[in-house]
Amino acid sequence: MRAFTYERATSPAQAAAAVARQPGAKFLAGGTNLLDLMKLEIETPRHLVDVQDLKLDTIEPTDTGGLRIGALVTNTALAADPRVRRDYGVLTRAIVAGASGQLRNKATTAGNLLQRTRCPYFYDTNQPCNKRKPGSGCAALGGYSRQLAVIGTSEQCIATYPGDMAIALRVLDATVETVAADGRTRRIAIADFHRLPGDTPQRDTALEPGELITAVTLPKPLGGRHVYRKVRDRASYAFALVSVAAVIQRDGTGRVAFGGVAPKPWRVEAAEATLPEGARGVSARVFADARPTEDNRFKIPLAERTLAAVIAQAKA
Amino acid sequence: MKFDTPAGTNPIDRLQVVGQPTDRIDGPLKTTGTAPYAYERHDVAPNQAYGYIVGAGIAKGRISSMDTREAERAPGVLAIVTTLEHAKPLPLGKMNVAHLFGGAEVAHYHQAIALVVAETFEQARAAAALIRTTYARSDGRFDLGKAALSARYEPIDDEAPNPQDVERVGDFAAAFAKAPVTIDQAYTTPGESHAMMEPFATIAAWEGEKLTVWTANQMIAWSKASLAKILSIKPENLRIDSPFIGGGFGGKLFVRADAVLAALGAKKAGRPVKVAMQRPLMMNNSTHRPATIQHVRLGATRDGRLTAIHHSSTSSNLSGGGPEVAVQQTKLIYAAANREYWLKLAVTDLPEGNAMRAPGEAPGLMVLEMAMDELAEKLAMDPVELRIVNDTLVDPAKPERRFSQRHLVECLRTGADRFGWSRRQAKPAQVRDGHWLIGMGMAVGFRNNLLQKSAARIKLGRDGKLTVETDMTDIGTGTYTILAQTAAEMLGVPIGDVVVKLGDSDFPASAGSGGQWGANNSTAGLYAACVKLREAAAQKLGFNARDATFADGQVKAGNRSLPLAQAGPLTAEDGIEYGTLDKEYQQSTFAGHFVEVGVDIYTGETRIRRMLAVCDAGRIINPKSARSQVIGAMTMGAGAALMEELAVDKRFGFFVNHDLASYEVPVHADIPHQEVIFLDYPDDKSSPMKAKGVGELGICGVGAAIANAVYNATGVRVRDYPITLDKHLEELPAIA
Ligand SMILES: Cc1cc2nc3c(=O)[nH]c(=O)nc-3n(C[C@H](O)[C@H](O)[C@H](O)COP(=O)(O)OP(=O)(O)OC[C@H]3O[C@@H](n4cnc5c(N)ncnc54)[C@H](O)[C@@H]3O)c2cc1C
Ligand code: SF4
Repeated sequence: MRAFTYERATSPAQAAAAVARQPGAKFLAGGTNLLDLMKLEIETPRHLVDVQDLKLDTIEPTDTGGLRIGALVTNTALAADPRVRRDYGVLTRAIVAGASGQLRNKATTAGNLLQRTRCPYFYDTNQPCNKRKPGSGCAALGGYSRQLAVIGTSEQCIATYPGDMAIALRVLDATVETVAADGRTRRIAIADFHRLPGDTPQRDTALEPGELITAVTLPKPLGGRHVYRKVRDRASYAFALVSVAAVIQRDGTGRVAFGGVAPKPWRVEAAEATLPEGARGVSARVFADARPTEDNRFKIPLAERTLAAVIAQAKA
Repeated sequence: MKFDTPAGTNPIDRLQVVGQPTDRIDGPLKTTGTAPYAYERHDVAPNQAYGYIVGAGIAKGRISSMDTREAERAPGVLAIVTTLEHAKPLPLGKMNVAHLFGGAEVAHYHQAIALVVAETFEQARAAAALIRTTYARSDGRFDLGKAALSARYEPIDDEAPNPQDVERVGDFAAAFAKAPVTIDQAYTTPGESHAMMEPFATIAAWEGEKLTVWTANQMIAWSKASLAKILSIKPENLRIDSPFIGGGFGGKLFVRADAVLAALGAKKAGRPVKVAMQRPLMMNNSTHRPATIQHVRLGATRDGRLTAIHHSSTSSNLSGGGPEVAVQQTKLIYAAANREYWLKLAVTDLPEGNAMRAPGEAPGLMVLEMAMDELAEKLAMDPVELRIVNDTLVDPAKPERRFSQRHLVECLRTGADRFGWSRRQAKPAQVRDGHWLIGMGMAVGFRNNLLQKSAARIKLGRDGKLTVETDMTDIGTGTYTILAQTAAEMLGVPIGDVVVKLGDSDFPASAGSGGQWGANNSTAGLYAACVKLREAAAQKLGFNARDATFADGQVKAGNRSLPLAQAGPLTAEDGIEYGTLDKEYQQSTFAGHFVEVGVDIYTGETRIRRMLAVCDAGRIINPKSARSQVIGAMTMGAGAALMEELAVDKRFGFFVNHDLASYEVPVHADIPHQEVIFLDYPDDKSSPMKAKGVGELGICGVGAAIANAVYNATGVRVRDYPITLDKHLEELPAIA
């Protein structure tokens, strides 16, 4: 870990300004991802701006019948909120499928969205990795890639976005609210929040340097059955090989997003039209452009079969 | 004490304390976080500095240069030890294959190349990242499949008649050709990591020529000799202390880089230094269970009698390393007149392969017992019956040599009965429970009982309390408790009156913890010391030792009775040494493993539903700690069957998943229900304790029982472990 300086911000705009001012500064929320990465010198911020005092830890109703979730609401609090459990069950289920109780107590909504990939080569600083060290190459291509992405990848990077919560947010069409150093706010649709790697895999999201997430908003409830199904080699405490978040209505119509398969929560709205007919058509369309490796080819049939399980569960 | 004839009746047979499910006497220390593990012994030496290990960033080649200037200037840095300070590697310790430190050669990934010593851990870590190392890479052999093509024969054991060849009994080829029912299959098992909770950890302090290391090590006497050799110091100048060990599973049998580097760092810094190997280095820096490619051929009559058995295995290791002895159990487990086995070593440049819990049997039985399941299906025979029909009470190669005890058939019958085996559908893929495909599987567990000499000292205080001292270790197994039980039984005092001190190289040398030999041998060694103490105490109190009984804190003979305490203070020391009972008799332990799994029909995920092991492992000294050993081993076997695999990068030559996030071991949610039954037949050929090992038996066979249950659930046979969902997914029933 490199030595760094530390401050505690008192207002969102001040936090954003503090990070924008210093090259290499970062926000610190729960620290459950950032500190691990700093210990391994995968992240080497020179300055940390701790956002824990910003009072962004409440969940409030919005004017349009949805919810505004403060950026610092913990994963535990969000999953347990009675409104979330009642109206956005897929979100609760996705959150509790992730990490462990201790980690969820500490992890925040914004931090969770921004957790970095779990590509094993990203974690080993002896290995080339374009995401960690732009231009050094991608060790995972041609290496051990069983966990990695099958779609949305580039020649530069085949890593997945590893999280669970964001898959549910994608199916719910959440919006990320931010404030920049100059005080400007903006709203970023979750669909546009995580980036595909292209030639710049080092950039995971649409955030600009110093841009602070203040909240995540959910539109008004969708009704329907909310299902989150996470598939993994062991029963708990593992990242998804494939996950499916779905909201399915009585008539079989609905929405579906996939996790563990792409650099971002993967949802193809146009494919959802055939959801009432079952998993096959949806999955074929969603993964039409997939470019799996030998190691992770199985994720495509797995995603289809998992979606079938989700549909069956929603009907039951 | 020489143990060369079967044990007669002795005070242990009273079973007042021995044989009882006593709670661990060290339990409160562990549950309160006060057990002094190596890294946390802040009190043993003042002014401890912190060491941080740097591992090689390549798998094979030479270090061209190391620039430590920036690191030396970093805050808090006290000393930097680099491998280039040594012209050549330091000498190897016992059983080490790859050198632990020294010289410019890199033999495997993450081999230690430097230690940074600083005032704080964080300073040492930060400075370590500032060392600039350049390498000249060379090509390495990283693919077992390829290396296997030029593999060489290796002896299976010391008694191999012709070590560099196939070992044969009868005429396998002819019998196999004639057999009406045969199995002929190849299987693979991957490399596995010990993944124990406590990393390698050591505090080292020098006083002049004298070195003390507080460390985590399973085998104190071996390691004392090894570390002295590695450091080129006199053994009498070295003390090792390892009273608590947070798991080892064979990973801590030998000296590792933490101890060497702590000693070198402490010397250079002129201060005590503590080192814990960083988790991401553990998998590649240290040892692992080697991957294997195995082949089994079985020939049987139509009624299921085996006539021909072939088992062969090729595993990888560094040059100079040994093979995984995966065919060992096949020499003894089933009757059959015609047999052949061989082992080959494929030389690779991957990290060192070495002992991990039940080396040989664990991967060997995963394969042999899957092949037996395949044979049972081909014969349309119940898998339990197939094992029973082929049971043997003698060493198949030397029929005059009997097993000292063998109740495998009872294990299987009891297990089948208790598990509800009769409800199993022989035809696979028949049972559904919602979206789960349900299957049952079984396998035989087998592991030898090894006799090793072991010594102990016992002191009787004026207060009547006993203190046991031996360099035996407790790696989480319950050794403290069973030694206390042994002393309490022998001297007739409550267990609370016994203090047990372990793991100090100044104490009498014990068998150590390995090969599931710790419990029987260390208690037998203490038994010998207790016999001496009884004699001394009886004599001091004016009794004839032969007539005296020791009970309730009293020594009695006739109508005379005196408090034991009156004999204190007394010290007795002795050990157990063995004659040839293990040559005259084959001594082994046996189990029947039964498992039920569910396989998700959609996703192919396997989840264990229940597990049962019925064990025949001599007298069970403490059913509670023995059960813990068996269920822990079953859990490890579940990992081996379903998820554990050191993933090899065949280009760069290292295990990619080198942390506990990416190397998955079972978590609680994977292990819902486990049951263990001990048959508890004392074995008078094993020792005066009549006990045998049990710590590894639980992992032996359980992986195959799980695999066979998966097959029974799905009808898809996966012969490459671990059985992850991708290997059977596309053959599962189609989904609407
Ligand atoms: C062992 C382990 C297992 C895990 N398993 C799972 C799992 O199964 N599923 C899963 O989804 N996750 C899993 N996680 C990841 C976990 O969910 C994340 O670590 C956590 O959500 C991050 O939240 P945090 O508040 O601690 O973020 P931090 O570590 O504090 O920050 C993460 C990143 O977000 C930035 N950041 C934080 N707050 C803001 C803000 N308001 N605005 C802009 N940037 C900000 C930080 O600068 C940093 O770059 C696991 C983590 C661990 C350690
Ligand atoms: S896949 Fe992406 S994260 Fe992984 S090594 Fe390649 S560039 Fe790095």
